[in-house]
This record gives sequence, C-alpha cells and structure tokens, in this order.
Amino acid sequence: MTAVQERRAVAVATGVAAPPTARRRRPIALSVGAVLVGGWVLIAAFWPYLAPYDPQRQHPTLRFAAPSGAHWLGTDQFGRDTFSRMLAGARPVLEIAPLATGLALIAGTLIGLLAGTCGRWVDELIMRVLDAVLVFPAIIASILFVAMLGRSVTVLVLVIGLAFVPIVTRSVRAATLVERQQPYVEAALLRGEPLWSLMLREILPNISRTVLVEATSRLGDAIFAAATLSFIGLGQQPGSPDWGASVSDNRAYLQNAPWTVLSPALAIASLVIGVALVADSLRARLDAR
Amino acid sequence: MTGLLVDGLRVSFDTRRGPVHVVDDVSLDVPRGATLGVVGESGSGKTTFGRALARHLPSNGRVLDGHISVDGTDVLALSPRDLRAWRARELAVVHQEAGATLDPSMRVGAQLAEVLGQQDVARDARRDRVRDLLSAVRLPDPDAIARRYPHELSGGQQQRVVIAAVLAARPSLVILDEPTTGLDASVEAEILALLEDLRRDLDATLVLISHDLGLVGQICDEVVVLYAGQVVERGAAADVLTTPRHPYTAALLASAPTFGVPRRQRRLLAIAGTPPDPAAPPPGCRFAPRCAFADDTCRADSPPARVVDGRTVRCHHAELLDLTATARPGADAPVPRPGSLLQLNGLTRRYGSLAVVDDVTLDIAPGEVFGLVGESGSGKTTLARAVMGIGPRPRSGTMRLSGNALAPVLRRRGRAVLRRMQMVFQQPDTTLNPSHRVRTVLARALETLDGTDSVETLAARAQLDAALLDARSTDLSGGQKQRVAIARAFAGSPDLVVCDEPVSALDVSVQAGVLEVLADERDRTGTSYLFISHDLAVIGYLADRVGVMYRGQLVEVGATDDVLSGPHHPYTAALVLAAQRRERRRSATPPAQAAIATGCRFAARCPHHLGDVCAEQPPPLRTVAEGHQVRCHLPIDQLPKGTA
Amino acid sequence: MTRLLTRRLVAIPVTLLAVSVLVFLATEVLPGDVARTVLGREASDASVADLRRSLGLDDALPVRYAHWLGRFVHGDWGTSYTLKVPVRELVLGRLGNSLLLAAFAFLLLVPIALGLGLLAGLHHDKPTDRVISVVGLALGATPEFVTGVILLVVFAVQLKWFPASAQANPGAGLLVRLDHLVLPAVSLVLLCTGYVARHVRASTVAAVESPYVRAAELRGASRSQVVRRHVLRNSTVPATSALGVQAQFLIGGLVAVELLFNYPGVGALLLQSAVDKDLPTLQAAAVVLGLLYMLIMLLVDVTYRLLDPRLRREVHA
Repeated sequence: MTAVQERRAVAVATGVAAPPTARRRRPIALSVGAVLVGGWVLIAAFWPYLAPYDPQRQHPTLRFAAPSGAHWLGTDQFGRDTFSRMLAGARPVLEIAPLATGLALIAGTLIGLLAGTCGRWVDELIMRVLDAVLVFPAIIASILFVAMLGRSVTVLVLVIGLAFVPIVTRSVRAATLVERQQPYVEAALLRGEPLWSLMLREILPNISRTVLVEATSRLGDAIFAAATLSFIGLGQQPGSPDWGASVSDNRAYLQNAPWTVLSPALAIASLVIGVALVADSLRARLDAR
Repeated sequence: MTGLLVDGLRVSFDTRRGPVHVVDDVSLDVPRGATLGVVGESGSGKTTFGRALARHLPSNGRVLDGHISVDGTDVLALSPRDLRAWRARELAVVHQEAGATLDPSMRVGAQLAEVLGQQDVARDARRDRVRDLLSAVRLPDPDAIARRYPHELSGGQQQRVVIAAVLAARPSLVILDEPTTGLDASVEAEILALLEDLRRDLDATLVLISHDLGLVGQICDEVVVLYAGQVVERGAAADVLTTPRHPYTAALLASAPTFGVPRRQRRLLAIAGTPPDPAAPPPGCRFAPRCAFADDTCRADSPPARVVDGRTVRCHHAELLDLTATARPGADAPVPRPGSLLQLNGLTRRYGSLAVVDDVTLDIAPGEVFGLVGESGSGKTTLARAVMGIGPRPRSGTMRLSGNALAPVLRRRGRAVLRRMQMVFQQPDTTLNPSHRVRTVLARALETLDGTDSVETLAARAQLDAALLDARSTDLSGGQKQRVAIARAFAGSPDLVVCDEPVSALDVSVQAGVLEVLADERDRTGTSYLFISHDLAVIGYLADRVGVMYRGQLVEVGATDDVLSGPHHPYTAALVLAAQRRERRRSATPPAQAAIATGCRFAARCPHHLGDVCAEQPPPLRTVAEGHQVRCHLPIDQLPKGTA
Repeated sequence: MTRLLTRRLVAIPVTLLAVSVLVFLATEVLPGDVARTVLGREASDASVADLRRSLGLDDALPVRYAHWLGRFVHGDWGTSYTLKVPVRELVLGRLGNSLLLAAFAFLLLVPIALGLGLLAGLHHDKPTDRVISVVGLALGATPEFVTGVILLVVFAVQLKWFPASAQANPGAGLLVRLDHLVLPAVSLVLLCTGYVARHVRASTVAAVESPYVRAAELRGASRSQVVRRHVLRNSTVPATSALGVQAQFLIGGLVAVELLFNYPGVGALLLQSAVDKDLPTLQAAAVVLGLLYMLIMLLVDVTYRLLDPRLRREVHA
C-alpha cells in the first residue's frame, strides 16, 4: 500500500489520527453558506431586475409604512421602499470587499513568502515593520485612514486591503517557515534553485491550504470592515442604499419603524454568516486531509 | 491461571471504506514473569494489539472476537468502572515517546505522586516514595529531578520517569510499545537493564512491542511475529530468531545488517513489494505476493496456524522449506582510488560557546565510503551540514574539494561545485516536495544540476518502477521516497554524496532495499559517500573507513575492520559492545552536561579511566596502525581490544 | 523574562514615537485645512489666515512636531481645535468611559468564552460542540452594531428591560451606569466569544487527544479526574493571546458601538478628530491608545511565560 495509506493505517491503529468517519461533517454548513453567499452575489449583480421599486424613489405620502403587500418591508422616512433598498445595498459591499481581499492576499502572500524563505535580516526587517504596524487593530487603522483620506471606492479598497496585509503576512510567513525547514527545501537549495523558484515553485504549492483559509477569512473580515465603515459614516456617498449607512441613517427610528433598521442589519448578518460558514467548512475540510 | 492468555483476537476499525481488520486471529500464551516480544513492521497490527490488551482502542475500534485474560481476569468483559480499577492496579504501559506521555504543565514529582495516589498511598508518604522511585530508576539527585518539568529532562531521563511510574503501580502486566526507539544505543542499554530489574522486582508479565529484532532477541523469552495482522510465527525467542520457520521471519532476519558482517561477505536481502493494505488483504496467504517460495496453493488458500518444530507457524510449506537459502552471496566493492576528494582540517562549528563540531580533521578518498558514527549530540549531523555548506556560524577550519578550497557557505559555491556534492536526508516523508510528482522532482534536479540522463534512467537505477514517475510523492511508501531522493542526488553525477542516517526512519525490511541501491550506485559510479549513522551494523556493512564522534570531537578514525575489532578507543569499545549484546550494564552515573570540557570528554563514562590526566588534559592523537588513529591517553597496548 | 521586559520597555517609547510621527505626517499630507474646517466654509480668508497663524500652522513641520512633543511629554496636551477644551481632560475622560465598558465586557467574556470552548472541546464532534461552534462562528462574523441593533429592538424597544442609551445621567452610581452598559457589553461579548471559544476548543481537543491524557487514562484515572488535573490547565492557557487580542479590540475599537448606543468613548473621539483634522486630540488619543495596546501585548507575553512552564526557562538537557 502507499505511504499515505500505510501511515493512515498506523495512525488510525495507534489512535493518533482521528478515524475518518468519526470526523466527517455533513456538508450542511457549507451548503447553507454557499446559498447565502451565492444568493447575495446574484442579487448584487441583478438587483435592477429584482427590485420592485427604484431605491431612491421617494413616496412622500407613504412614509414609515409598515410591511404590506405593496411594500414587503415597508418604507423609510422618505417613503423609499425598504426591500428595494436592501437589494440594492448588496452591490457596494460586494464590490469593495473582494477587491480589498484580493489586494491583501497577493501582497500578504508575497511578503510572507519572502520573509519566511529569506530569513535572517530580511525576515527581521519585515517582522519589525509588521510589529509596528500591528500595534493598532486593523479596524482602527482603517477607520483612521479612511477618515483622513476621504471616502471613495479606491480609498476604501486600498485601506481595507492594506489593513489586512499584516495578518495575511503573519500567517503565510508562519506556514512558510515550517516548510522552509523541511529537507525538500534544503535539497532545492543544495542544487542551486534561485530565490523566486524556491518561493513560488517549491514552497507556495505546499502552503496553499493556509492561503485559501486566509482568503476566505479575510473576505469575511473585509465585509465586516466595509459594513462597519459605512455605518460610522465613512462609506460611499451619503444617501446610498449601502447597508451600513442604512442602519445608521435609520437608527433614530428604531422605535416606530424597526423594519427600516432591521432589514439592512439582517442582510449584513446573513452575508457575513454565509461567508463564515463557507470559510469554516473549507478550513475543516483542509485540516482533515 | 496466571500470565497472559490471548485467544483468537480480532480487532477492526470502522473507516470510510468500511471495516478494516487490523488484528486477525491472534492467539498466544505467556506465563507470568516471562517476557513476550511482539515483532512486526508498520501496518502489522502490533500496536493495535497492544492497545487491545489494555482495552484502549480509539472510538472507531472494535474487538470483533476473542478473549484476553490477564492472571485470570477477563479483560474484555470488565465493566468501565472495573476496567479503570484493573488498569490502576494491574496494568502499566510504556510508550515510545515517553516525554509526550507526561503532562507538560506539571512537575515530574507531582505526576508520580498522582500515580501513587491511585495506589492509595497516603499523602504525606508520597514525597518519600517519589524519591525512592526516582533513585530506583537510577536518576541522580532525585529531589531536583522531581521539581523539574518534563521538557527539562532528556529523552532517556523522561523514559526513566515513566518506568518509575510503572514501578509505582506494581502491575502484573506491563506493555512496552517501542520503548527505546529513538534513544541512543548506550541509553537503550541502560533502559533495558532497568527493564530487567523491573521484571525481576515485580514478577510481572512484560509484552515488548517492537520492530527491532535485535532488541527483542536480547530480553524476550517468547516471540510472536506479526504480518498483516496475523501471527506468522510464534515460539521461543532463541528458536525463532536463529532458525526461523516462516519465510517472512527468515526474510526479516536476512534484511537487517548483522554487526561484523560486511557486504563483501554477505549482501542484504531486500523483500520485494510492500505490506498489503489492511482494507484489502490478498486472498490466500498474505505474504505470498512477496514470498520467494510461494506457489498456487499459497495464493489461493489462507494457511492455518500449525505447530511445526516446537513452534506455531502459519505457512503451507513450513516443514519443507530450507530457509538458510535466504541469503545472498557477498560482493566485492571497488577499491577507493588514491588521492583526496574531501579534506577537512580543524573544522569547528559553534552554537554560542558550545563547540558542536570541535576541531575535526579527516580525509575522504575518491570512491571511498566513509562511515561517521556517533550518538545524539555527537555533532555528526552538524558536520555533514557544514560540509554541504549549511549550518551555524561562527565557523573556523578549512575544507578542500579535490585540493581546491571549498567555500564554507553554500551561497559562495559555484554551480560546478553543487553538482559534485549532494545529500540524502533522514526523513523520507519530508525529503520530497509533497506537491510535486516524482517526474517533476527528478526533472528539476536534472535541469539544475546539468544532468545528462533521462528521468526514466534515473528512476530505473534506483529500482523504481516507471509507473511511479507520474505519482505524487505523497503516494509513495517510505522506501520508495528514499530511493527517489537517492536518484535525485545522483542526477548530476556527483563525486561525493553525504548520507545523513538515510535508513534510520525506515522499516527493517525496507532498509535493505535502500542500502543496496546506495551500494549499487557506488559500484557503478565510484562516488564517495560520507555515510552517517548511529547504527554500527549498518556502518560496518558498507563503510571502508570509519570515524567515531563523541560530543563534537573525532575520537577515532581508521579502516572499518581495524576500528571495529580493536584495539580502539574506549568509547568505540562501548558502542561495539552495545551493538553486540545490547545489555551492557553501566554502573557509572551519567556525565554532567558541561559545555566545555578541558580534558577528554568521555572521561566521566570511561571504564579505563586513568585518573586526573583524563579529565584535565586533552588526549593526544595516537596512531595505532597505518591509517588508524585514536584520541586517548591510554598507551596503545592498553587500548581495549576485540569484541570481548 | 527580564530580557523580554527590558526589550519591550525600550521598544514601547520608540514605537509610540513612530506612531506619533506617522499620525502627524498623515494629517499634514492630506487634503483639508484645519483652520477652514474650524471656522466654516463661509469664513473669510483673512480670519482663516489669522487662525492659522495663531495655531502655529504655518511653521515648518519638524518645528511643529518638536513643539508638540515637548509639550506633550510635560503633560500639556494642548487644546482641541474643534471642541475648544483641554485635550488631556477630554481624552482621559473619554478613555475612562471606554475602559469601563471594556472591563465590563471583558469580565463577562472570560468565563463565558472559556466555559463554552471547554464544553465544545470536551464533547467535540457531538451535537453540543456543533451548536456552540456554529453559533460562535456566526456571532463572531457579525458586526457588533448589527447584533447591537437587534438587541436594541428586542430588549430596549419591545421588552424595555434595558435603556437604549449607554450613557447614564451624570452623577449616577456604578450599578446604574452598568445597567446602561448591559446591551452594548452583551453585543461585544457575542462578537468576541466566538473567536476565543474557538481557540479554547482547539486546545481542549488537543489536550483530550494528547498522549499524556491517554497515559493518564491507561493508569486508571476517571474522566473527571483527567479533565480536572490535565485538561483544564493545558487548554485554557493558550487562550491568553486570543484574550489579549480581544482586549485590544475592546479598547478603542468600539466606534460602532459607541455611535449606536450614544456612548462618549475614546473610539468615537478618535474618529471625530480624524475627520475634523483636530490634530492635538488625534495625536493624544492615538498615542494613549498605542501605549495601552503595547502594554496589553506585554501583559499577554508575561502571563504566557508565567503560566506555561515550557517558556519559562532555557531547556537544560
């Protein structure tokens, strides 16, 4: 039998590895998560065809209308249809978060690989810079920089993306260090493989698990950050149906029109939970391998 | 009825692929106070068997059938509460990595006290008892040891603590699962001595599970050989291990190098193939696919266990086989060529103030196999890495390759030099890139080392099936991986290959195949090896010359025969003794861990100690014979000699 | 240990200096004129120029920084450009509020997260574990203002059990203040529990499946003995760094909660001063927060070393 089977058998026999069946999770979490995320992605793409009303269109006579057949989730203080605004609010978040995540991932992976593979002074330098940058939690840094730099899609993507680079770098560096010490990397060194080949050809394929887990986790974080930023007023244009902004705009009306606050809030919750479920299922699957 | 009685034991695991039978119809009986050896390789089911004896299977393991009785207690029928009580009173288990079985956040003394508490020893009496126990396992300064945490002790010390816990429990059954694997030969000898005392003291039944035939042969009365979950041979240790009746046992014995028998006398026998997948065992005899004597009956019908020649054998043809034929004639090795390929002069490497490699001077000729032997902490691996250009700074000393200066750091060596020097590492699982296919591994090596052969040729020379080329390296067995690693090292036709314990992590039957590949490559190309091992038998098998290292220093160097038979350094004598008998009792206490010794480093342990001069003066390098030098204060005629 | 302490104690002022320089530069480089922001868009150019002069905004950068640093170190943190009050009282007052909320939330967090993580780990892969893990995951992903809004709707508006605003009347006693803080604290605890509990669960599972627990079972110890003696310690100590990360977040990261519950904390202050380019306040708040974060990290490292014997000394062998 192959080494993997051999080792598995031994591991199972000695009880070191948990036996395969005992840990097999039914893919409910993954399915639910995928449905939630997929659903919102579709809505973000196609909301003009799905929304019954124009989200900016005001109905002055129908302000604070309770949910009804005409307006499924009621209307807000300007008579705008809450349901349509909820659908339209998916796009801003889903434009910014994936881009920011991509930025964080590419930059973080390259820097982490570099730090872990080179070692010595390169690693020291990168670690010191990371330590300095990581003094402040990422959220606070993003808030500060967006506040100071002004809000635009570019700024949001850059700030959120760069805020998460240190976290990605740390993870990738840690995984790289583990691989770096393995004999196969030393064998590559001993035959004179250049640095970029070591990083990308030898080590990167073996840390793909870490990178993938980071990608999904940071996506959740990016959505979290984008929603929070728009809630505190640092999102895109005022008046946009952006979920965080909607929650903020309408929170004065918690008492008399709770649906205007709850719908964007629950929309945010469903999206982030969906992403988190997918991320966690991926992590569990990759760990079991 | 006393002793251990096992009848028809069958254990399976529930897996995604269905039930896997890991232990299949194992029966044995051992009288109280005797020692049973359970021998097998990975996948034989021996560890599961041990766990079944303790009724400690993982959650998906089930005993399908059979009886286990220990001194009359039916273990499998105990209620959970009685089982706990039985384990506390009657059972003790010693595992392979003792350190891991100690709680890292609790002091050692507290953990022993916990065991005593389970024996209902009064609280105020425990402290003294702990001290007595630690002395009984020959740990110096028991009070200090009791206050330490497990990670502050060496591997051997941790194992002694675990044995102390066994003594505390006073069981009637002791299960030892690879208790000395990973420990140095000298430490192993001491642990074995302890186990002997243990057995006498407790009058308990010992079950020793191991892959190591030599170990089992030393202290076991009875032996059970397991293959693919079944008992293939069972009987008195002396009988089974000297005149085996089952082809597998014979092949196993023939595949391990015997100390004192070099390759030119007898070549090792590699057993073809690999052990079967426990989920899909072959029909008929499970060893048939790999057996040199198998015929159609063997492949069709599963053989029953029969009594032949005073022991139980599971083979259709047990009485008829002449198993002395499982041996290969020796082969002469090419003679090393004159000149110097690698020359080390005063090579020193330090970690801080500690000299891990201390002033080593040696020469390797072209085409020569130079064996470097030593235990953990001897600096042999650091030396190997220093030769390859990787390792700690600060550095001093010089290296020359074919007379030209060799840069101490890998970065400063040119491509031509990299081609000429390659390395084979110890751990097969991490020696190949897990994401690459075998073909990629070899192709990359050929490209970067300017190799002229094809991937197929390289693989064939390492006895690798061409079908494996497209496999992922993770799908290979340990032996196959190591052979790919060897093929990779030879991609550029090197002049020197450094082999760092290349077979230590492999199963016994697989080691032979890899050693033979190494030997064949050397015969074909005339490459030199710097061959590092802690195993004197392996060194003696392949090496032309031998260097012995102790705590960073090269204490002896010379032709293999000279060094191994003597006169030689007292440390070498100790290693030789351990290799032969493995039960030398050491009465001296372990040496203090001084970072820098002014005199001879072996002084504290040396039975031929001359007095203060040994501890204070660095011993001179004496020439015993042509090419044979020893670093010792003893006059040459007083150096220990022979294998007495 | 002393080596670690000295290294850190040297690093802290250096890093703080770097932080303050960074904030200084950032506010300079960016668009927007403080004076104009303070006086408003309709103010005349002359009055804006006057204000700039009086605030010393026309001096060279290094000079301004040096002035600021000199005064700051002596306790004079200046006056807020926009709020016109002394910065030190402002920042420290807000900080006090934030610390109260943070401490309250943290005190709730520790037992809940440790307890749930242990429970999940001890019953791993069984229903209890699945429920705890999924719920913790979901709550940990949801922004705290979202859970806060839901809590508000349910408990403040519908059930009226707790007040909707986190700020009690001035002069109110501690219990009354805490009553106001229940909802924000709970929303924070819901957010943070998932992260910490996941770590505790992982180390609990590692402990339960470890060779030393197996060995203890083989010596005849009962389940509860094993948990008490061996699992507890080895599963909770690794949670220290996770708790440290949450502590950092709880101080200063609560802008959203502060806004949602109308609570005058230091997070909201940080945001406002960044938007307004109120440099003295921003600098002071950033430096004070930075100091707190580094002290927390130091505390985490020290605690780790005290609790985990493996880190305490050099290995002998």
